[in-house]
Amino acid sequence: MMGSVNIIPFFVAVPLAGAFIIPLVGKKLKKAPDMIGSFFTFALVVLSVFAVAAVKGNGTLVYSVGGWKPPVGIAMVLDGLSAFMLVTVNLVAFVIAVFSVNYMEKFTSKWKFYTLFLLMLAGMNGVVITGDMFNLFVFLEIASVASYALVAYGTEKHELEAAFKYAIMSAVGSLFVLLGIVFMYSYTSTLNMADMARVLSEKGTGDISLMVSVLFLMGFGLKAALVPFHAWLPDAHPSTPAPISAMLSGVLIKSLGVYAICRVFFNVLGMTPTVSSVLMFLGALSMVIGVFLAIGQWDLKRLLAYHSISQIGYVILGIGLGTPLGIMGGLFHLFNHSIFKSLLFLNSGAVEYSTGTRDLKKMGGLSKKMPITGATNLVASMSIAGVPPFNGFWSKLIIIIAAVQAGRYGYAFWAVLASVLTLASFMKVMKYAFYDRLKEMWDQVQEVPIYMKLSMCALALICIFGGFLLVGRLDVDFLGSATGVLMEGVNYAAMVFSNVG
Amino acid sequence: MVVYLLCLVMFCLGIYCVVRKRNVIKLIIGVIILEYAVNLFFILVAYRKDGRAPIFAADQTVTNMVDPLPQALVLTSIVIGLAVTALLVGIAMRIYEKYGTFDITKIKELKG
Amino acid sequence: MSREHEKGMSLIVKTITRLTVGIIFLYGIYIVLHGHVTPGGGFAGGVIIALSFIHLMLAYGRQEAFKRLSRAAASVFESFGAIMFLGIALLGFVGGYFFLNFLPKGEPFRLFSAGIIPLCNIAICFKVGAGIFAIFVALVLLKLDLGKK
Repeated sequence: MMGSVNIIPFFVAVPLAGAFIIPLVGKKLKKAPDMIGSFFTFALVVLSVFAVAAVKGNGTLVYSVGGWKPPVGIAMVLDGLSAFMLVTVNLVAFVIAVFSVNYMEKFTSKWKFYTLFLLMLAGMNGVVITGDMFNLFVFLEIASVASYALVAYGTEKHELEAAFKYAIMSAVGSLFVLLGIVFMYSYTSTLNMADMARVLSEKGTGDISLMVSVLFLMGFGLKAALVPFHAWLPDAHPSTPAPISAMLSGVLIKSLGVYAICRVFFNVLGMTPTVSSVLMFLGALSMVIGVFLAIGQWDLKRLLAYHSISQIGYVILGIGLGTPLGIMGGLFHLFNHSIFKSLLFLNSGAVEYSTGTRDLKKMGGLSKKMPITGATNLVASMSIAGVPPFNGFWSKLIIIIAAVQAGRYGYAFWAVLASVLTLASFMKVMKYAFYDRLKEMWDQVQEVPIYMKLSMCALALICIFGGFLLVGRLDVDFLGSATGVLMEGVNYAAMVFSNVG
Repeated sequence: MVVYLLCLVMFCLGIYCVVRKRNVIKLIIGVIILEYAVNLFFILVAYRKDGRAPIFAADQTVTNMVDPLPQALVLTSIVIGLAVTALLVGIAMRIYEKYGTFDITKIKELKG
Repeated sequence: MSREHEKGMSLIVKTITRLTVGIIFLYGIYIVLHGHVTPGGGFAGGVIIALSFIHLMLAYGRQEAFKRLSRAAASVFESFGAIMFLGIALLGFVGGYFFLNFLPKGEPFRLFSAGIIPLCNIAICFKVGAGIFAIFVALVLLKLDLGKK
């Protein structure tokens, strides 16, 4: 009875249980929210590693919620892509939960932060693991509403303005997604993703598929901060607390935006050359515009936010290519970006915790007083700029090689150019923040407390050894199965229905 | 057919409101109108010709009903809309406290 | 005579409220308990129950409403409703699936039928009722400090 398929609902049930228990105990026991948050996210990391092993052993696992078989009931599908995203999301969430044990001391009502954090994590896990379109929308909204409240967490002036802008834009984006789902339901009369794929391949995609593609691209593109829809991201990052920025830019835009685009366009609607060109064009546009706007910034977190837009452009370019090498490069860059972008935001949080400022012109020579922060920032900057042998280099190389192999020399040129500009931008950050002459006002600055140090070092280690994910068994189990699911396209339907359990 | 076009008109009104109005409260009302338009469209999609309300009663046998699935889904969607609205109104009240105005052209401190 | 009407609304509103608030509360409970037979269910019933408390607060002022349902009690009810819902879902593992309907389902149209659905409705009623009351209290009784910028 306890087969490995039964672990699937726990990805949603465990963070929900944590989020509901914390308001009851968090007001009396001061240490309880920290312990519950760290412990539950650690349990989720263990479960997600277990899920990767389960997918390798048994193929695609399908769980019918409540015993109702699909297409009548809601199905939760665990295949290679879901397992890959689960490991990414839960690992980064665990490290950020450990970091915020020390960082959130400066804010009041720490239990509210942990409740919202666990709710957002439940929403993201739900988006990744569900096999039903409306269920995807519900979990998308759970994660989005929790993130609106988290962006406004400190209730300072700038945070409230940024949260309001983000909330309005993101609410309109979700409504576009809902409209797309309504059109799909009226055409196929079913909500299950696998069943929709089967009906679409039998009935033909028809005229409505173009409108639905545009609606989904607008809605999910706004969640993923692609270029015409990116205006909320640079405002939402600077003033929010650092663990929330790391969570937002490190996993939320990937789990809600990029994963949903992949799942809907590859497995349900079917990939056509038009969609592929549009995705590649938007990806290249994001890459270039993001990096050009980032060079002139003096606020550290705003600069990192523009770089996020640029790196997501790389991922969408890789995935839009449609070839196996391109998709593998795109997914590997997604994993790497979660790791090093979260590390960069946690570093900026550590700098802000110790010095109280984010302005690059005011900082200087901090690596003498904060050695661990300086060293991990060096590792992360070299990863994002694509310097060998860190993990960013391998994923960018694969994307560029895939673009050249597919004959798209223009896109490859823009990718190389953006990479060079990223390197220049991060050299500026290193020079101004960490390696210049130490200013007198920073004489009393100390290194950050123990949990923040531990979490930053853990992420830095993954950055250094990330290249090994391309070697041997790990490649086939982890990245290879994720790529395989997307290359199957609309055969997803056959795989799900043959494994209903 | 006319009903669907009216839903589209309501959707465009909501988008016009979000894009062009300057008062923060009017922006929130624009989002609410958008949401109502999408929910209404969802229920209208479920209509079947000469259908009845999809409720079983103990003493009647009804054969053709409208599609009941979108009605359950729209209930969920209304609850989500309520949560988003409550959060937006809370943020708007705090914005008034910090900035002293509801005019969105004056709440532009974040630049760059 | 005029002293006790400084808080809240006029005498007419207070008399009508005293007569009808109990009926509104009972009506909300009726809608929740019959959720599997007639339209309604947890969310609609929860909203009606929250409205009865809000009605009390509007007519009499905040102290009367807080005597019946204080803020701490609302928070406890909310968490309790959510945990009860998640607990029922996890208990479905007894039958082998998450969220399985494992209690015996009687004949249709009876009050005691349909397995776990009445229990889920009651859990949702707690959460939604306490939640909407808490939202109203937070939005209306917020003390804004308009002096500082």
